[in-house]
Amino acid sequence: MTTTVSGGGDVPARAPTGNHPPSMVRTCDTTGLSVCLTSQRFIRWHAVTAVVFLLVGGIGAVLLGLTRWPAVHLLSAEWYYRVLTLHGLDMLIVMILNFEMAILYFAGPVLLNCRLFSAKMAWVCFVMMLGGALMLNAAILSGTSDVLMTSYVPLKASPWFYLGIILLAVGTLIGVINFLATIYIANRDHTYEGSLPLVSFGATAAAIIAVVTLIHGAVVMVPTWLWSMGIIPHIDPAWYRMTWWGLGHMSQQVNVCAMVSVWYLLATMTTGAKPMSQLVCRGAFVLYILFINVASAHHLLVDPGVSAGWKIWNTSYAMYLAVLASMIHGFTVPASVEVAMRKKGYDRGLFGWLFAAPWGNPGFSGFFLSLVIFGFGGGITGVVLGTQQINIMAHNTLRIPGHFHVTVVGGTALAFMAVTYYIVPLIFQREFFAKGLCRLQPWLFAGGITLASIGMSFAGSYGVPRRHWDVDFTGAMFPVSFDSGAHAFLGLLGVGAVIAFTALLLFVLLVVAAVFFGRSNAGSPMEPWHEERQSGGAITVDEHRAPGTMALVVVFLVCFVVYYFANWKWLADVWHVR
Amino acid sequence: MSIYQPPADWFKAPKGGERVWIGLALTWCMVMSVAMPYWHFYGKQNSTGESYRVTPAEYAQRVGKFIQTNKVGEMNGMPVVEPAPGGDAYLQAQMWLWMPILKLRKGQTYRLHISSLDLQHGFSLLPMNMNFQVLPGYDHVLTLTPTSSGEFSIVCNEFCGIGHHMMTGRIIVED
Ligand code: HEM
Ligand SMILES: [Cu+2]
Ligand SMILES: [Cu+2]
Repeated sequence: MTTTVSGGGDVPARAPTGNHPPSMVRTCDTTGLSVCLTSQRFIRWHAVTAVVFLLVGGIGAVLLGLTRWPAVHLLSAEWYYRVLTLHGLDMLIVMILNFEMAILYFAGPVLLNCRLFSAKMAWVCFVMMLGGALMLNAAILSGTSDVLMTSYVPLKASPWFYLGIILLAVGTLIGVINFLATIYIANRDHTYEGSLPLVSFGATAAAIIAVVTLIHGAVVMVPTWLWSMGIIPHIDPAWYRMTWWGLGHMSQQVNVCAMVSVWYLLATMTTGAKPMSQLVCRGAFVLYILFINVASAHHLLVDPGVSAGWKIWNTSYAMYLAVLASMIHGFTVPASVEVAMRKKGYDRGLFGWLFAAPWGNPGFSGFFLSLVIFGFGGGITGVVLGTQQINIMAHNTLRIPGHFHVTVVGGTALAFMAVTYYIVPLIFQREFFAKGLCRLQPWLFAGGITLASIGMSFAGSYGVPRRHWDVDFTGAMFPVSFDSGAHAFLGLLGVGAVIAFTALLLFVLLVVAAVFFGRSNAGSPMEPWHEERQSGGAITVDEHRAPGTMALVVVFLVCFVVYYFANWKWLADVWHVR
Repeated sequence: MSIYQPPADWFKAPKGGERVWIGLALTWCMVMSVAMPYWHFYGKQNSTGESYRVTPAEYAQRVGKFIQTNKVGEMNGMPVVEPAPGGDAYLQAQMWLWMPILKLRKGQTYRLHISSLDLQHGFSLLPMNMNFQVLPGYDHVLTLTPTSSGEFSIVCNEFCGIGHHMMTGRIIVED
């Protein structure tokens, strides 16, 4: 076996027997895991659905990028808002949820050596999610639902729009319950020993938050659906915003949990890393569960109807413990890679391990770039924009999409792409074509989305609004214009969007080609993405020493502190308001 | 390894660098937690969310009365209104207008009321880049002190239908 899954120290102590019905299980030739064949089927279905919607959303993305680039200004106003609605929902809801469902089927049944609790529930989940997604897309493309992803009342969409979202949410909820029930029967049947593996633990955290999230979704979407049909006379806009963001924000925490779980998974698969302290990693996941829900407050920081006390309390107390959790993962993941690499003999200096890391393995480069982009880009901007008073300079400007395209795209979507380079050979049992292009793809996507986000963030700091068709305000009663700097950054957004879209398209083509035409590797281990280089050979190192990572996180903290106080400084220069 | 069972004795306190980092990160989180309440009491820019329920019809009436009593001119057919320093000023958002044009004095404090007659809108003051949410049914009161003079634009930064990008207004600040 040439892949590096063997690199860690622990013995993969499988419980002697799973609880699979006969002939419904196979042993993975690469990892030795028992793969429940029912789960394998649903991993495939959800992954394929995710990739299809990634493509649809990606086409939307490049159209949006080219519209916001003032020199190109591609779409009409009508189609810009329609495509914006489509892009937000297809990416953030349909694509991401399908991917996460695939991850749940892996982290539950496969990692726990257990059969899936219910194939029927899995079918219901899949059909509802797909049906909801198609309904939603039809509603948007029919032109009756140009309300953007948030559908803030009293903007009204067609009832099919809300029903599509409800179906998606309920379908997902059924899938999540199926996952939790699988954990229950794995436990009951002792298919695994001791505690849950870390990746399953993280996925369980994601699942728990997802349940709370989806309940918020039902609470807000069902009345709004009834309102859209005239059955309920009025929905209060402030109530809607608060409850909707219970769905909208908390689902981001589901994404973060899933992404971090994928980081741990890929760190193990690509370098044999194992967590330094399991307690710390698990504790950080628990912080997510406990302290994230009220962080939806940071979408309401300049809203009427909620007091300053409420805003401050709910951003600082609750958010900063979740931030702490992310900062912990941001350390433990690279530190575990550092220790694993040092153990292999790449022990030179502060960063010898980092240079020697398998950068040509898209599973590794994708996950590590995702970690860096999420931390340096998304984490820092997120906390700063979510600071109650600083939000005055950011709310509804392009700084906001600038932020979340380095969290949920450069972070989550990229991590999901990275793990796909393992899902296809291990679960679809197909080999990729054009491995050179595969190796390039994560770098290209990371570069493109980082440029696009920088463009959005800086344009936003001039006050350029998000969700806005025309920064030249053609036809407005009072002319407004932005200075050339803002236009230049919007151009950068356009260029970044084209690069990111190219990488996204490449990804889709590579995956489709592999899934449909790739060489089957059934019966033998997957082709390794990288060869272990010959080095001094394994050595023993202190498993709690990670000086390189320490240096990196200290640089990170310095950037964080500087950006944070710079923003306070800018804030001090605007008009006084209370 | 994160995909297999953890060792039985995993419940162990962190050591070494991990411990140092948790300490550093926690300290930084504490600093940030203190910054917001500090700014609330000592800083000059806060969003307190002061607001009152109001129906769109009532609000339109108040705006009408405000314009009638304080109107000082017109610009592109839009009334220009100068509220008394220290007094109440009203701004009305509707698809796709900000009404009226306000004429303020630098260094004076106003209670600026903003509400919407129809959808949600976004009050965005440029080039200052100050942004506040505007909801129908809520009279959002900003206690505002302009600290610079000149002609400022208001644009809408919450999607409010097809004419969203044309929804602009003005605030004029004199020394
Ligand atoms: C090729 C990669 C992508 C590019 C170039 C891109 C670009 C953009 C652009 C230009 C906008 C419009 C900003 C505005 O005018 O207000 C946008 C909005 C958005 N994007 Fe992306 N995007 C990409 C991928 C994604 C992914 C993977 C997700 C989710 C996982 C995502 C989620 C969103 C959301 C939620 C919005 C906001 C929609 C709204 O304001 O209603 N994007 N994106
Ligand atoms: Cu508006
Ligand atoms: Cu608008």
